[in-house]
Amino acid sequence: MSEIEMKELEAIFDQKIANDEKIEPKDWMPEKYRKTHIRQISQHAHSEIVGMLPEGNWITRAPSLRRKVALLAKVQDEAGHGLYLYSACETLGVTREELYEQLHSGEAKYSSIFNYPTVTWADMGAIGWLVDGAAIINQVPLTATSFGPYARAMVRVCKEESFHQRQGFEIMMTLASGTQEQKDMAQDALNRWWWPSLMMLGPTDAESVHTEQSMKWKLKRKTNDELRQQFIDQTVPQAELIGLTIPDPNLKWNEETKRYDFGALDWDEFWQVVKGHGPCNKARMDARKNAWSKGEWVRDAAMAYAEKQELKLETA
Amino acid sequence: MKNWPLWEVFVRSKNGLEHRHCGSLHASDATMALENARDVYTRRMEGVSIWVVPSKEITASNPDDSAELFDPAKDKAYRHPTFYELPEELKHM
Amino acid sequence: MQNNLVQYIYGIADNALILGQRLGELCGHGPNLETDIAMTNIALDLLGQTRSYYQYAAKLTGNEATEDTIAFLRSEREYKNVLIVEQPNTDFAYSIGRQFLFDVYHLLMLEQLQNSSDETLQAIAKKSIKEVSYHKRFSLDWIKRLGDGTEESHTKMQNAINDLWTFTDELFYQTDADKAMVSEQIGVDVTQLKDTYYSIISDILTESTLQVPDLKYFQKGGKQGIHSEHMGYILADLQYMQRTFPNMNW
Repeated sequence: MSEIEMKELEAIFDQKIANDEKIEPKDWMPEKYRKTHIRQISQHAHSEIVGMLPEGNWITRAPSLRRKVALLAKVQDEAGHGLYLYSACETLGVTREELYEQLHSGEAKYSSIFNYPTVTWADMGAIGWLVDGAAIINQVPLTATSFGPYARAMVRVCKEESFHQRQGFEIMMTLASGTQEQKDMAQDALNRWWWPSLMMLGPTDAESVHTEQSMKWKLKRKTNDELRQQFIDQTVPQAELIGLTIPDPNLKWNEETKRYDFGALDWDEFWQVVKGHGPCNKARMDARKNAWSKGEWVRDAAMAYAEKQELKLETA
Repeated sequence: MKNWPLWEVFVRSKNGLEHRHCGSLHASDATMALENARDVYTRRMEGVSIWVVPSKEITASNPDDSAELFDPAKDKAYRHPTFYELPEELKHM
Repeated sequence: MQNNLVQYIYGIADNALILGQRLGELCGHGPNLETDIAMTNIALDLLGQTRSYYQYAAKLTGNEATEDTIAFLRSEREYKNVLIVEQPNTDFAYSIGRQFLFDVYHLLMLEQLQNSSDETLQAIAKKSIKEVSYHKRFSLDWIKRLGDGTEESHTKMQNAINDLWTFTDELFYQTDADKAMVSEQIGVDVTQLKDTYYSIISDILTESTLQVPDLKYFQKGGKQGIHSEHMGYILADLQYMQRTFPNMNW
């Protein structure tokens, strides 16, 4: 293909997206579009399945049967969401196994918030309320993203996820209206998860390398800083409602902008965790690698059995 | 080591409606594909019937051929009811 | 009679709770995402059944009893589950073997329980049968895949069956409470299910190219509240919150 032809194709492609038309897997797409999508969708999928681990940590210890089934169903949903996203990614010509390898080798990233430990039951509340809350803000615009399979997966994910945040908030609300010990537990969890949740919405716009291109391809509708502001504005009143304090002494309602001003984030910590130096990076990766390698004989057995059955059918 | 092949999943949400494509999954054989589809795609009462098809068995049209395949239908307005003029008084036809 | 009925319910419901708890440990660690999701579905079914039984037992017990006081605040000796459900997830073959050996029993038992003269138990059984039929289908398919898969999977599956076999006979043991409930036509006479059970199991194992273990001595005790050493650790997890922070709402 000549350079001129390529430019023409790209122009048609860009126009399609600008017209809000969807791109489907077999359509022509610039190589960069394919690569960016594999990277972003798989990163999203990895975040779902690594995200199962911190919450999975409390399934056997949930304090009531009602909480236990809700938590179990939520963690299971995350497996489902991982699966939908890996499937969307596979339409771009990469296999789930290859994506796993990228995760296990450290080549692929996942949301760094899952590298923090879940140390009390209140963390189940904080994760549902804050982490899922931040995730929803990120995800809802993606239901209208340009790549068809990603958009469809996100529609399904968002529909299922609507109970996740409520589940978390209800836990926090119950704790906040409980005994002093429970209130302290809730406040402590909010203190620990607040800042990582804000960072979860991505680096500041000035440092974000992908934003402009992502906007064009509708992988993003708002910048990280806009999303962060939106998250803060919606979460602060929720905390006030249940009597918890946001751990930011500089947090203040700004009458002029009609938004909250807030304190500086510790980006050094963020980058350290991204680079693998968070409290649980190693444990999370070990758990994933272990599950995969210990499952190998199981997957092989199923394939061997299927092949034998097929052979029986052929010779019968 | 062989990986479990990919399957496409179609779910009928209730009798009277068609099966619709809802996603894909991995399974070693058809039996497992059906069971996995049930566990993955009908956890919230989404279905009353499931089809699974090995993804590799699907023959798809090539988007490069879209122009010759689909554009010729565009100027056949006479296939649509609005093409035909009827007297105003006639309310239903 | 009331106390016998409550004890009888524990005998059924504790199995579902402890097996659900064991399966809950696996969530996020399965050999594949699809399998992970499937086994969590089984755990959720079992915990759902547990809640129905405990809610009924709580009503019968009165006082301040709730599904949660029953689930979380008994001492180890008061749990009446069979030993097989508390066995650990040593590997996938053990989890599948445990599931299969229990599912076949569970379904046979529920098919009888749906004829109970107790309407609540009847209703719970009818609902649970649908769920457990699926559990059995799932575990049975996997027994075949692992038994007749690769050499390695065959060995692992055979080892698991051999080790778990010693816990199967207890499924058909009757406590005094069980006997009293059978005579009231509330409970299921599990002794009647034994032959059918072993014949189903043997057929499946043989079809899966696995040996049916030849064993003369069996373990029992769970139904009387004498558990394996695993049980204390299961309860340590299960009861952790309720024991550490007593008398609170969650």
